Amino acid sequence: MSAKIVIGLDGSGSGERAVAYAKKQAKQIGKCELIAVYVIEWSPYSFQTPEENEERHKRREEEISAATSRIVAPVVDALKKDGFSARGIVKHGHVADLLNAVAVDEGADQIVVARSSEGGFASRVFGTSTANLVMTASVPVTVVG
Amino acid sequence: MKKLTLTALAIGAGSTSALAQEARTIDQAVNETFATITGPFVNFIFSPFPGTSFPWIVMWLVVAASLFTVYFGFIQVRGIRHSIQLVKGDYSDPNDAGEVSHFQALTTALSGTVGLGNIAGVAVAVSIGGPGATFWMILAGLLGMASKFTECTLGVKYRNEYADGTVSGGPMYYMSKGFAERGVPGGKILAVVFAIFCILGALGGGNMFQANQAHAQISGILGDFPGWITGIVFALVVFAVIVGGIKSIANVTEKVVPFMGLLYVGTALIILLLNFDKIGWAFGQIFDGAFTGLGVAGGFVGALIQGFKRAAFSNEAGVGSAAIAHSAVRTKEPITEGLVSLLEPFIDTVVICTMTALVITISGLLIIDPATGNFVLDGNSIKTVGDVSGVSLTSAAFATGFSWFPYVLAVAVVLFAFSTMISWSYYGLKAWTYLFGEGKTTELVFKVIFCIFVVIGASASLGPVIDFSDAAIFAMAVVNITALYVLMPIVKKEMKSYMSRLKSGEIKRFKH
Repeated sequence: MSAKIVIGLDGSGSGERAVAYAKKQAKQIGKCELIAVYVIEWSPYSFQTPEENEERHKRREEEISAATSRIVAPVVDALKKDGFSARGIVKHGHVADLLNAVAVDEGADQIVVARSSEGGFASRVFGTSTANLVMTASVPVTVVG
Repeated sequence: MKKLTLTALAIGAGSTSALAQEARTIDQAVNETFATITGPFVNFIFSPFPGTSFPWIVMWLVVAASLFTVYFGFIQVRGIRHSIQLVKGDYSDPNDAGEVSHFQALTTALSGTVGLGNIAGVAVAVSIGGPGATFWMILAGLLGMASKFTECTLGVKYRNEYADGTVSGGPMYYMSKGFAERGVPGGKILAVVFAIFCILGALGGGNMFQANQAHAQISGILGDFPGWITGIVFALVVFAVIVGGIKSIANVTEKVVPFMGLLYVGTALIILLLNFDKIGWAFGQIFDGAFTGLGVAGGFVGALIQGFKRAAFSNEAGVGSAAIAHSAVRTKEPITEGLVSLLEPFIDTVVICTMTALVITISGLLIIDPATGNFVLDGNSIKTVGDVSGVSLTSAAFATGFSWFPYVLAVAVVLFAFSTMISWSYYGLKAWTYLFGEGKTTELVFKVIFCIFVVIGASASLGPVIDFSDAAIFAMAVVNITALYVLMPIVKKEMKSYMSRLKSGEIKRFKH
């Protein structure tokens, strides 16, 4: 059975650092699958206008295809090119919850994320996605600086 | 160029009063012509049963709600626990994350119904029908839950899903498709009639009435000024949202409105807690008044009519508007949306309207004759301290607890009016596109007409037009409930199938 590492992508340079670290780990492990996950922040408890509701399905499809083609697919392709076994997942929801959920569902050995690029007031009050993940994760988490 | 603009502004300011004068005469002409044309229709919709003062339309809504309640085996009692679980997302498949959630559909529909009906309408009911009206209002709200359940289930079941992923739903669609499926003729005709009333209701009750009341509220605080100014400001903002697609304004409103709703209920609760020794007495007044009238005009029947009428105005159960709002949810089980929607009359009428009524009752603003214990009448309605009525009565009642509340209420009224307009612009648009086809140009025509009506609604005291728009909303209910009677067996089949699968465990809860 091969090991699995979940990589949290955030579409920025810090995500690339997480990928680089995961690659290093995978090389050391040997037989290891890399799962690149991108989460589109979304809450079922937000308030929407009727028009937004009507177009929601269409927008969701657009968001998934944009995230796949711009963020996840390039990373997965590059990993495969380097000889790694890799695939990508795009989901809507809460970043920390979903990275953990994917790791649990996939039976992953660890989650690799980069240090948060979030800032500002909200992150001070509610904590960053990375901090939340570290506090709630059911599998080991590596935070790359 | 700048000079020219300034000159134009100066001329504009100078001629404002002349314009206002002219506008008044135009108003009168419009009112008179409109009243002559629409009078018979309005009179027909609101006409009482011979020999009584009970409008048949109110009976129509209550009878339907009672029938649905019995036919679906008191679904509003049996299903409410599951409704809350659905809203919480307990049964939402995590793989569907990113689609419209039950919570979102519910809050979107609520922002269309929670509004002036809960604030001004209840005050009217209580000042005419006495606290007893509250009892009948709560009863009508509880029964109305079954009507909402029926119409919203059908709304989702028969909506149109287009290739680009967008959806269109509502009574027009279940009338045409559902009737065809059952082999009943006339569905298309009903759908067209419904769509026409829906457009009129959207322009009237969903637009002009709101603009008019918002202006009344603003000028109550800032002092009297011409309504067209409010109208143009409102119209520009509505235009920016529905034509310009400026989502941020709508988003802000959609976020602030629930907050306002919570603030309103929260304040009412605090006032009630501060006067908790009077709560028992207030409920006593509500129950006594419900069956005796406590001296209000028309006695117990007067209380009953007011309660039923205001509940119907406020929660729109049976009108068909909610079926349009709820149809956007992508669920495999239409019945789930029906179950979620039955919370609407509960929140709108049983909770929020009752809060308003209790605060008014407890405030002591309704004058009671100490000798008889009955209310002192002033014409048709109960005499109040300071001679206030409508929004002003609610405002004064809340001010007995918190003196600053009228300012918050003024902001709330304006925001509620705005969010109701946005919701109804959508309902009207769906009816419009049903009649004239989907397309950018057809949609734009309706949206521009809608904005023009905002200005008309705010600028004049259009009594007959407002009467007509109320009548149009109730006329929607005549057509919609007729369709619900024909289609209710379909809802029952869906309900039985869903409930048995839920019981057997085939429909599972998801871990979140």
